[in-house]
Amino acid sequence: MNKYLKIEKAAIKSILRNKTRSLLTSLGIIIGVSSVIVMVALGQGSSKKIQTDIASMGSNLLMISPGNSIYQGISRGSGSQQSLTLDDCEMLIEGSQYLQAVSPSVNFNGQVIGGSGNWYTRIEGVNQFYPQIRNWEIAEGNFLTAKDIKAKKKVVVLGNSVAEELYPSGNAIGQKLRISNTPFTIIGILKKKGQNAMGMDQDDIILAPSTTVLSRLKGSKYGSYINSIYASAVSEDVMDEAETEITRLLMQSHKIQSENDIDFRIRTQSEILEFATSTTNTLTLLLGAIAGVSLLVGGIGIMNIMLVSVTERTKEIGIRMSVGARTRDILLQFLSESLTLSLIGGSIGILSAVLISAGLKQVTSLTPIIDPVIAITAFLFSGAVGVFFGFYPAKKAAELNPIDALHYE
Amino acid sequence: MNTVISLNDINKNYYVGEITISALQKVNLKIMEGEFVSIMGASGSGKSTLMNLIGCLDVASSGEYLLDGVNVSRLKADEFADIRNKKIGFVFQNFNLLPRTSALENVELPLLYDRSGILRNNTKAAREALIKVGLGDRLDHIPNQLSGGQKQRVALARALVNNPSLILADEPTGNLDSSTSLEIMELFAKLNKQGKTILIVTHEYDIAEYTKRTVFLKDGMIQWDRKIKHSDRPNQLPVNHGKRNYE
Repeated sequence: MNKYLKIEKAAIKSILRNKTRSLLTSLGIIIGVSSVIVMVALGQGSSKKIQTDIASMGSNLLMISPGNSIYQGISRGSGSQQSLTLDDCEMLIEGSQYLQAVSPSVNFNGQVIGGSGNWYTRIEGVNQFYPQIRNWEIAEGNFLTAKDIKAKKKVVVLGNSVAEELYPSGNAIGQKLRISNTPFTIIGILKKKGQNAMGMDQDDIILAPSTTVLSRLKGSKYGSYINSIYASAVSEDVMDEAETEITRLLMQSHKIQSENDIDFRIRTQSEILEFATSTTNTLTLLLGAIAGVSLLVGGIGIMNIMLVSVTERTKEIGIRMSVGARTRDILLQFLSESLTLSLIGGSIGILSAVLISAGLKQVTSLTPIIDPVIAITAFLFSGAVGVFFGFYPAKKAAELNPIDALHYE
Repeated sequence: MNTVISLNDINKNYYVGEITISALQKVNLKIMEGEFVSIMGASGSGKSTLMNLIGCLDVASSGEYLLDGVNVSRLKADEFADIRNKKIGFVFQNFNLLPRTSALENVELPLLYDRSGILRNNTKAAREALIKVGLGDRLDHIPNQLSGGQKQRVALARALVNNPSLILADEPTGNLDSSTSLEIMELFAKLNKQGKTILIVTHEYDIAEYTKRTVFLKDGMIQWDRKIKHSDRPNQLPVNHGKRNYE
């Protein structure tokens, strides 16, 4: 042990003797390690951001939308069928044991007039459970009540963006607002939710009772058909059960026998999450791999300098051999030098990765998340690179003939 | 008195293509403990080859070499390394000190590779060796800050630090001016008086005259082996040659 300590001490001394060269040699490793860590941190940061974005969509969310409709052999795509009704919604509320809340969604885009001017936005007809399902809180006033829904009251809750646009000075509560020539009373304003995972402004919306929207705004040709149903499972663990249950209940009420004829589609939050994160994961992997290659290139830099160093220090090797250094001593000396060089590079790399991440956090909206496992792996990998690329030069040094090495000029 | 070096019928051949060059032929040599010996000869006489063999840096083509009574004729590279570490202290013409390394660390170097003395205080031993060669006040100087004579003293301290059976010096004064050469040779003489066995390879008669015994090589063979005499110098007219003519 003592002897290895001495060898390591000698290695550090020899590295310190050529400070500039040592720093330049480990620069490749520094850049490699820090870029691996930063790239993965960026990837994980953006994936985390997408995850929170998607989680903000709602809690244990299940989205039921109508299936594809085929008219004279032409498929019109998902959601084109009119198969979901408010009755389906009621039926799910009453018949389900895995769902804690269900809300219909009837939406259309239209011009609204009120406050300081007019605005084109999305009007969504929902029920009183909607905020609970979508994790949305009220900033001012109240949300729709069961009574509002039942009585088809002409009341609305404004999304934050709409409220800011039409009532920049506040005091929107109690004001009248016209949607398609129908006057509505504003009873509440939602808290700001920001962009969704796709970058759309979720606050550019007006919420109204689904019953009112269906009867007053969408016109009779829609009947009681709705665009989709949002449901919230009682817990994350019963998402699968809830999905099965919804399928069973809706098949029952739609009188569907075979699963092939299902006229609706259920998507869960985790599906959306999976899709979104798989994209960022691929990207993270790609960036990490490129950074890993730069780490490897850094290793070649070390090999290069170590080879030069062996030639340059042939005489030193000869001297060491003449005073009794064994082959193994010389091998270990050069190996430990390259290992130390690359580990020093790895440490500086981790340090600079932390600094770069902190800098990126300041200047971008992303928060890079440094994974300690990745940091340690990159550090160990840099050590492995040092040993791997240091081995050839070290072997070359150890195999020198002492007489030739001593007389080398 | 122990025999330090015993060479029996040593031959050393070099092969250049198909030509065999015989660097040493049937060399027989015995050096006892406490001797002060020089090896002389012209360039190409086999001095360096002999010194490499004695220093366990090279192996003879045939013959037997006993160092301290141990047969070291056929050893592996690592065994040679251990022999060099324990039994031989080298002093070279161009000092061969590690650059940018303090005198103390240079002297410690052999101890770093000493497998037997793990618990020994290396720094203390190195300091004592430097004091012995008169450099007690230059411990932390690096070779560039030392004069040629001081460098050679550091090299000598390094050769002494492991307390070897033999000090092997290859042209130790070759890079020194005459007064420094004198100092170094006096140091060798002093060490010999203290009981060290010293073998100096040189081509200078002045240096050889310091030693008690000279082995003169010619064409890979020992031509003579005795105390050098003034008349051994080449192109040296007999002192009274002219006088005799006029008598």
